[in-house]
Amino acid sequence: MFLFAVSIDTDPELLLARILDGFRFGSGYGALALALVMIYKATGVLNFAQGELALLGIYIAWALGVGWGWPIFLAILVSMIATAGLAAGIERTVIRPFDPSNHLPLVIVTLGLFLAINSFVAVTWNTDLKALPSMFPPGDVFSVGVAHLSWSGLGIFLSALAMLGAVNLLLAKTKVGLAFRAVSSNLESAELVGIRVGPTLQFGWALAAAIGTLAGALLVPELNVLDPNVMLSTLVFAFAGAALGGLDSPKGAIIGGILVGLIRSVVVQSVSFIPSELSVGAAVFVILLVLLVRPSGLYGSSKVVRV
Amino acid sequence: MTEALLHVANLEASYGEVKVLHGIDFTVRKGDISVVLGANGAGKTTTLRAICGQVQTTGSITFAGAEISGESTADIVRRGIAHVPQGRGTFPELSVTDNLEAGAFVRRDDEVAADIDKWLDVFPVLASRRDQLAGSLSGGEQQMLAVARAMMSRPDLLLLDEPSLGLAPIIIEDLFERLSAINRTDGMTMLIVEQNANLALAVASHAYVLEAGTIAISGEPEDLSGDEAIRRAYLGY
Repeated sequence: MFLFAVSIDTDPELLLARILDGFRFGSGYGALALALVMIYKATGVLNFAQGELALLGIYIAWALGVGWGWPIFLAILVSMIATAGLAAGIERTVIRPFDPSNHLPLVIVTLGLFLAINSFVAVTWNTDLKALPSMFPPGDVFSVGVAHLSWSGLGIFLSALAMLGAVNLLLAKTKVGLAFRAVSSNLESAELVGIRVGPTLQFGWALAAAIGTLAGALLVPELNVLDPNVMLSTLVFAFAGAALGGLDSPKGAIIGGILVGLIRSVVVQSVSFIPSELSVGAAVFVILLVLLVRPSGLYGSSKVVRV
Repeated sequence: MTEALLHVANLEASYGEVKVLHGIDFTVRKGDISVVLGANGAGKTTTLRAICGQVQTTGSITFAGAEISGESTADIVRRGIAHVPQGRGTFPELSVTDNLEAGAFVRRDDEVAADIDKWLDVFPVLASRRDQLAGSLSGGEQQMLAVARAMMSRPDLLLLDEPSLGLAPIIIEDLFERLSAINRTDGMTMLIVEQNANLALAVASHAYVLEAGTIAISGEPEDLSGDEAIRRAYLGY
C-alpha cells in the first residue's frame, strides 16, 4: 500500500509530516482501542458505549478544568475516576443481569448506553462547540519545514505506551490481573477456582472506562473541537485499530491504532484519487483487506479449544 | 466407619424444564475414593455441577457438617471443594505455572510458590513445560494440570468429572495410579464420576451406579464388579 502511495506523492517533508500526524492521532485511537480490548478480552463483547463513556469523562474534565478552573491534569484524573465508578455501576445494573455467554443482548445494551450517554451529555452541556485544553505544553519538540513533532504529539504517544505498560503489568503481576486473565480464558474454570466473576468483570469495565477517558482527553485537544459527536469517528477508528491488532491483545490495540492513524494520514492523504471525505471509509477498507488475509488480526490469539 | 464428609439427600436438579436428577441420596466418607458410574445422560456430570452450585437444585447437600446448597460456586470452593470438570478445565491462554497460581486463588497463605513446586514434582511432565501455555499441552498433560490446579486450592474434597475421557489407555492408567497415590499420601477424599468402570472400581472404596437420574445401585466395588447381572446391565463389560 505504501508503494503506490509513494509513487503518487513523494515530497519527503510532507510524508514526514503525515507520518508524525499518523502517530499523534493513531496513539489516541490505540489508547481507546486498549479500552475496547479490555472488555472484549474478558467478555467477548464489543462495547459500543466505550467512546461515549469517554465523552462523558471529557465533559466532566472540561467542566472541572474550564468551568471550575482546576488544573487540567487534576480535572482529567478526577474524570477518569468518575467514569470508572460509573462504568462499575453500569456493569452491575445493566450488564451483569444478562447471561454472559450470550453476546448479542449485551451488545444491544451497549448500543442503548451509547445513545443514553450521548443524549445525557448533549442535554447537560448543550451542543455548542467547546475546547478542552491539552495536558501538554504548546510548541514543538522539533520541526523540519512543514513537518513538526509537537509536545502534545510526543505526549500522546508516550501516554499510550505508558497505558499499555501499566495494563500489562497489572495483568501479569497482580491477583486481580490473574483473575481477569483467568475469566478471559475460561469462565467456568474461573468460577471453579473461586474467582468471583461478576466483580472481576466489573473491575474490567471500570479500568476500561478510565483508560477510554484518558484516551479521549488526549485526543480531543488535538481535534480543536469538543461537541457531543466528537467521539463517533474516533470510536470507529479505535474499533478498526482493535480489530487490526487482534481484538484480544493489548499490544495489538496500541499498534493497530497507530497503524490506523498512519493509514488515514499517510495513505489516504498521499493517494490523490481518494477524496478526503472518504478517509474513514478508505481506512476501514484497508483494514478489511488485512483482516481477509489474517482474520485473527496482527496479534490476536486464535482460540485453542481442545476437547 | 469414618465420618461422612459429603452427604447428599433427595437431590433434584434441572436445566430449565428438563429434570435431570430425580432425588438422589449418597454419602462420601472422609478419606475415601467414591465413584459414580453410569451411562451418558444418567446425570453424572449434573451431580458434580449440583455440588458446586452450578445448576439449580432442590434437596440437601451437606459438606463438613454445613448445608451448602444454594451457595455460590465461589463460596463453595472456599469451603474446600475442588472440581476438575469434564474437558480438563484448564486456562488454555495461561502458562502452566499461572494455571497453578490461579488454582490457589482462594488461598491467603504464603506457601503457594512451595505448593507449585510440589505439584510440578508430582507431575514432572508439567515441570518441563512450566512456561508453556496450557492450550499447547497434550490431552493427558492437560488432565494432569487440571488435577494439579484443583489440588492447589488445598481442598478437602476433590471432584473429578470423567478424567479418562479422550485419553489413551496407558495415560488413563497412569492418571488413576497418581490419583490413588494422592488419595493415600495426602488423605485426599475424592468423588470420581466415570464411564470407565473397570479402572474406577479398581481405585474406589465405594461405588454408586446412576441410572436415569436416580441411584440404581450402591455398594462396595468388589460386589459391583463381581456381580454378573450388574456388570452386564450397568457397567457394560
